[in-house]
Amino acid sequence: MSSSATTLEESTPGGPSTGDPLLVVKDLKVHFPTGDGIVKAVDGLSYTVGRGQTLGIVGESGSGKSVSSSAIMGLFHGTNAQLSGQIILDGTDVLTLTEDQMRKRRGRDVAMIFQDPLSSLHPYYTVGAQIIEAYRVHSDASKSAARRRAIELLDRVGIPQPDRRVDDYPHQFSGGMRQRAMIAMGLVNDPSMLIADEPTTALDVTVQAQILDLLQDLQKEFNSAIIIITHDLGVVAEMTDDTLVMYGGRAVEYGKTSEILTHPEMPYTWGLLSSVPEVTGDTSAKLIPIPGSPPSLLNPPSGCHFHPRCTHRDKVPGDLCRTTTPELAPGSRGSTHLKRCHLADPESIYQAEVLPEIAPDLVDELTEKSGS
Amino acid sequence: MFAYTIRRVISGILLMVVMSMVTFVLFYASSDHPERYACGPKCTPAQLETTREALGFNEPLAEQWAKFAKGFVVGRDFPDDEKLREANPEQVVHCAPGCLGLSYTYNKTVNELLKDKLPVSISLAIAAYILWITGGVVFGVTAALFKGRFIDRAIVGLALVAFAFPTFFIGLLLLKFVAIRWQIVKLPVYTPLTESPWLWATGMILPAITLALVYMAGYIRMTRAFVLETMTEDYIRTARAKGLTKRRVIGKHTLRATLTPLVTLSGLDLAGLLGGTIITEQVFNFNGVGKMSVAAIQRHDLALVVGIVLLIATIVITANIIVDLLYAVIDPRVRLG
Repeated sequence: MSSSATTLEESTPGGPSTGDPLLVVKDLKVHFPTGDGIVKAVDGLSYTVGRGQTLGIVGESGSGKSVSSSAIMGLFHGTNAQLSGQIILDGTDVLTLTEDQMRKRRGRDVAMIFQDPLSSLHPYYTVGAQIIEAYRVHSDASKSAARRRAIELLDRVGIPQPDRRVDDYPHQFSGGMRQRAMIAMGLVNDPSMLIADEPTTALDVTVQAQILDLLQDLQKEFNSAIIIITHDLGVVAEMTDDTLVMYGGRAVEYGKTSEILTHPEMPYTWGLLSSVPEVTGDTSAKLIPIPGSPPSLLNPPSGCHFHPRCTHRDKVPGDLCRTTTPELAPGSRGSTHLKRCHLADPESIYQAEVLPEIAPDLVDELTEKSGS
Repeated sequence: MFAYTIRRVISGILLMVVMSMVTFVLFYASSDHPERYACGPKCTPAQLETTREALGFNEPLAEQWAKFAKGFVVGRDFPDDEKLREANPEQVVHCAPGCLGLSYTYNKTVNELLKDKLPVSISLAIAAYILWITGGVVFGVTAALFKGRFIDRAIVGLALVAFAFPTFFIGLLLLKFVAIRWQIVKLPVYTPLTESPWLWATGMILPAITLALVYMAGYIRMTRAFVLETMTEDYIRTARAKGLTKRRVIGKHTLRATLTPLVTLSGLDLAGLLGGTIITEQVFNFNGVGKMSVAAIQRHDLALVVGIVLLIATIVITANIIVDLLYAVIDPRVRLG
């Protein structure tokens, strides 16, 4: 098994190198047949996450972020979803596992923290009972041992008086506490892989920061790999080692987070960066939204999925953007930074046209540096 | 919770008082000279007047109600005649406190009549309830689990058929074929449960099926819809993501959320049937409250009509209170107060 994982890792086309790959996703496709045709929710996605590493997956709603992680969890068993490609988790391709084999790994090897913890926790069972259940399904621990474990974890994620709150129902918790409880439930079996699906979306900013700190601390402690699904680039900058930008079911840019955020090469990523308000910024400054709306995955645009909304497509010679799908390939920044774009020299366009709009002060800084 | 219960009981009692008044008013609004029915077709005007006075229909409506209310509290004699009681005590019917009046059609107190007929109706309702709730949940969950497949379509289709046929038709069909033609079960007869549970159950089976079918059909469709809706909830996805077995995800997490509204709904439906089922009792000739209520209305027997209305109202109001209290027990989010 380990040898096959190694060969697979070798055949992974570029991307940021990760020392000890825990999860290798290769050419993953998740298609849903519907009455109107096939919805290609995820269409050829590849990435790698190493132990102790954090990957951020960003994109608009409907770009396939959550669907790809549900596929890793094996949650499409028994549905009409068509999956292909490979998801190698710790040496095993989870797509070849039976439902029962996958079930035994869910929650133990790979756990998921869902967004909106109010609806993701069962309203009729106490928080403790739900954590205990998650623990006991994968271990032979006695009820009292499992209860101690639940209290210990609630304490670990920062719930005050955990021995009392363990018997509370989810509706008796505040939003931030519910998310902590959700994290406690995800961590109860020490999973090596943790998928956090918009873990801070429903929370206010101070609580957001606490939850993110908590996740970072826990990652250090357990050396687990984390995938954070978000549309908040602030979270990405704060938390992740690598970033994968998704659009219309495909990866459009993939590389080290520091690379992606400082030298983005894909107009969609530029658009995402332009849409982020700056806390210290001028309140009268304009946010620049991406024109148009996300594509229909039932009937996606031809060629580059982003071309109907791309303001830079006239810089590409001919009708290439409309007719030909660009490959996810290394750009000018080396083999660890992949982009799916026809633009020949995105870096200069970014420096000249995009950066002055979104961060004029940064441009000044850079010019000063180069001048001195 | 205790204060809540007390408040609900008090408001329930007030509701009953109003109900009895409304029934009095409606009775007089709907029937012209009710004493005619007691006196018979060959009644002379003089006899009619005597009957009218004997039944107390000559008094003002408010006074009649006041007598009824007083009788309910302290008891009452029929006829309320001091001299007659001293001369011929055996001609006077005494009605203990809680008195609902005297039915002239049966010449018995309403309380006695209800005590007599109520077990029949309650037996029927409970037997039917057990059938429809088990059938409804089992078939409903099965249909949901096999959504879109043959089993699902068969169950939903049959439920629609059961829902569409009128009760009397199903009842007569069962009676004619199952009991009479094929003699699979013996003719349905009511035997008190205390006498013989076996005879009670076998005698009850056809009427219970008749009564249950239409409810079962509704509950199958409701359960199916609730289960399918619950299965799309985020917390079911969480349960699966924890690595729970499918059996546990369905049997515990889904059913717990599905059964909660079902329990409360079925409690109210059962309450509506405890006070008698007119059609089923008629078809199978069961002497329950339902059958008696038809007779009471046909003969304009005020005391009996009021008694039955109040009985049904009591059952429904009590069931409502119980269901609300139960809801607070089974749904931790509900706080009474």
